[in-house]
Amino acid sequence: MLNSHGNVNDVLTIDRAIIDAIVVHARRDHPDEACGVVAGPIGQDVPARLIPMDNAARSMTFYEFDSMEQLRVWREMDDRDEEPVVIYHSHTATEAYPSRTDVSFAGEPGAHYLLVSTREPDSEEIRSFRIVDGVVTEEEVNIVDATVKA
Amino acid sequence: MAIEVRIPTILRNYTGGAKIVEGSGDTLAALIDDLDSRHSGLKGRLITPEGGLHRFVNIYVNDEDVRFLGALEAKVKDGDSLTILPAVAGGALGFAAAAALVGGR
Repeated sequence: MLNSHGNVNDVLTIDRAIIDAIVVHARRDHPDEACGVVAGPIGQDVPARLIPMDNAARSMTFYEFDSMEQLRVWREMDDRDEEPVVIYHSHTATEAYPSRTDVSFAGEPGAHYLLVSTREPDSEEIRSFRIVDGVVTEEEVNIVDATVKA
Repeated sequence: MAIEVRIPTILRNYTGGAKIVEGSGDTLAALIDDLDSRHSGLKGRLITPEGGLHRFVNIYVNDEDVRFLGALEAKVKDGDSLTILPAVAGGALGFAAAAALVGGR
């Protein structure tokens, strides 16, 4: 599968500190769904800058970026020559697998769609997917230490 | 002068890969018709068969969400800047219920 820059990706490599922060965000908003972006330099497939977003829907079963916050964040990424490398959200009562709604809305063919399930109180299910033209492809999540330079 | 339109990655297959295109029109609806005359198929990704703005995209005129500017009737003019972004949404909820929720905003 090709991303927007023509690279083949079947693995999401992501820093442990970012995963930990996403889990903290998901737990904090539980039982509502949490959502956000991890930006990275264009074309490098390296998620580097975590941007937790408001769930404008404030719902246990639906998430939606606030349109104005999204514009601001997307502009900021443009200005910094970044792109949304990861788009994440939580499912709070079901498994970490894209729902039909997730697939219908998936509008960033170059992004990794990371799902975190917080249905279990003391463990998280973390899975990642490509969603292109309605086709869901699961990929490996490779959690590493310190890909992000301080 | 024309209206500058920023196209998101997912719609660039309609613009030959172009990130920015230009168009003209007095309203968003007219501008989209004008764009579709050169970038066939784009309109169908922005407007539903029922004639409303598609919920899968956000459209901004000069950084204002057009949903607050009259949607398809929003006034536009030369020199304006239009930005199209994919709406980022989803969740565990069934699609029909989610669509109703989004449609109701």
